[in-house]
Amino acid sequence: MPADAPATTRRDAAVAALAEVAHEPGAPKPDAIVVADGIVRRFGGLTAVDVAHIEIQRGAITALIGPNGAGKTTFFNLLTGFDQPNEGQWSLNARSLKGVPPHKVARRGMVRTFQLTKALSKMTVLDNMRLGVSGQGGEKFWRALFPFAWKSEERRNTERAQELLARFKLDAKQQDFAGEMSGGQRKLLEMARALMVEPEMVMLDEPMAGVNPALTQSLLGHIKDLREQGMTVLFVEHDMDMVRDISDWVIVMAQGQVIAEGPPDSVMSDQRVIDAYLGAHHDQALTDTGEAFTDDAPSPAAPEESA
Amino acid sequence: MDFNGIITQTLTQAIGVSAVIYCLAAVGLNVHFGYTGLLNFGQAGFLAVAAYGLAVSVSRMGLSLWVGVLVGILAAILLALLLGVPTLRLRADYLAIVTIAAAEIIRLIVRSVTFREYFGGSDGITRFADEFYALNPFSSPLDLGVIKFSQNDLWVVTVGWTLIALTSLMIWSLMRSPWGRVLKGIREDEDAVRSLGKNVYSYKMQALVLGGVIGALGGFMAAIAFQSVQPDTYSTEFTFFVYTMLILGGAARIFGPILGAAIFWALLVFVGEFLNEAVNKGVITFLSNTQVGQIRFMLVGLGLMSLMIFRPQGILGDRKELALDAR
Repeated sequence: MPADAPATTRRDAAVAALAEVAHEPGAPKPDAIVVADGIVRRFGGLTAVDVAHIEIQRGAITALIGPNGAGKTTFFNLLTGFDQPNEGQWSLNARSLKGVPPHKVARRGMVRTFQLTKALSKMTVLDNMRLGVSGQGGEKFWRALFPFAWKSEERRNTERAQELLARFKLDAKQQDFAGEMSGGQRKLLEMARALMVEPEMVMLDEPMAGVNPALTQSLLGHIKDLREQGMTVLFVEHDMDMVRDISDWVIVMAQGQVIAEGPPDSVMSDQRVIDAYLGAHHDQALTDTGEAFTDDAPSPAAPEESA
Repeated sequence: MDFNGIITQTLTQAIGVSAVIYCLAAVGLNVHFGYTGLLNFGQAGFLAVAAYGLAVSVSRMGLSLWVGVLVGILAAILLALLLGVPTLRLRADYLAIVTIAAAEIIRLIVRSVTFREYFGGSDGITRFADEFYALNPFSSPLDLGVIKFSQNDLWVVTVGWTLIALTSLMIWSLMRSPWGRVLKGIREDEDAVRSLGKNVYSYKMQALVLGGVIGALGGFMAAIAFQSVQPDTYSTEFTFFVYTMLILGGAARIFGPILGAAIFWALLVFVGEFLNEAVNKGVITFLSNTQVGQIRFMLVGLGLMSLMIFRPQGILGDRKELALDAR
């Protein structure tokens, strides 16, 4: 991480809180915001998700990684109510989320973004943002008919939206259609819009997918900001450098199950993870694949880790 | 050829009774399809339950016309709920299938021999709107040279355009409000709206009811203007006309459905009148008057096809918006 990282007090707190946690699947956390038990989701004969136990630490950035088809996005959908599991119990702040529809999950403070960005194309950037505010009186039919009943509320929401857009450097585009923006900008907009809901926990499904490298650093910075503001972040990602850079804790899924947990460095040198996620021959040139993989192979952790 | 007569007839029809009816139906459909993205293919059904609600209340139950209007509105709300409850949780195309079937079911029920004593079978019900005409403030017909209305038509048209103005004003103000913003969000991507904590199902239901009730106003105008309700007026063809008008004018625009309905109807009348006149005067010899009825649809169809090719966003639409879909 570059040296100009913002205040990292929350990060230190998160790392400290997780220091004592066992590096094993389903490890109990000192202050879990999400607890899930026995979540099973089957699609016909295929068991897409089979998570025995999982806890997500409050105030930390947790990464959910795993090879393609590991069930990460399905698990995301299950947690946020967009899909219902065949079996299992899960809760947010110790209140069960079983059978709770997605919009109510969002109102309880767990807001998600999508792998395929869902910017509302034919609406302006500002309208996208204002849509995110929960509990607007003007969103009720009868009050909507009388502008004086919602004008002042709308002004406050607009100001908040503009502040957030400025933070995400999208303020110059606020009157543009969201569909006119680049893929990376749409990712930023989607994240900013999720923040308009004032969530306690933000769920990001592949926030870096399709984002050009110039925007990557800025997106990373914003995700770290979320933690500094006291939010909990759970994100799905493929980019290992990014995972190592920003996450406090990593959960690894493969074939629907949680196979490993731990801080980024320890997880990435975990044999089960290397086998499942990276493949046994990941660090060898194609010409060397005749050789057997050995346990003392160098860890894929890069040396420039900081902060 | 009597060009004066053709033009008078065309202009009169452009703002006349039929245009008013289509207009209200299209304004309602604009709430469904234009703003919320609901594929309602049963708009004719909403007009039918309203028209029959009115006619049955007055002529079979002896109630006042105004109670009949209330009955019609309640019937439209009930129909919206009935259609919405099972389908609005599902993907958009299910609503299309259910609505097109429901509108046909309604038409076939009111047309059936079994219920003839209530709905009048295929003849429908007539003479039930005297109460409306008793209030007519106009004492003479209107003749502006190019626009001519009988006394009664003038009253219907005045009330009709007032209703169109009021409903359009209401939709204009609603669509500028946060409520309208949620609807447009649902049209773009309902999962995104859900993820922001909005009850998408409830909003879709509200939109279905609102558009249905506006359509119901069109049903009342149709019933009152002709002092009759007939089942076959409310066929699927009616709904397709309304869609054509909405797309022609520009969906999700306040004036789109109004302009579309007036232009489409005027065009249809103009082509029909023109060809008939030409056949009658021997200018066109290879057609008969009975063929003109079909030919005019072909010609108008051709016109609409070219519109879709050269101006797919409709007359008032914004091409830029349409291009966003391609991304």
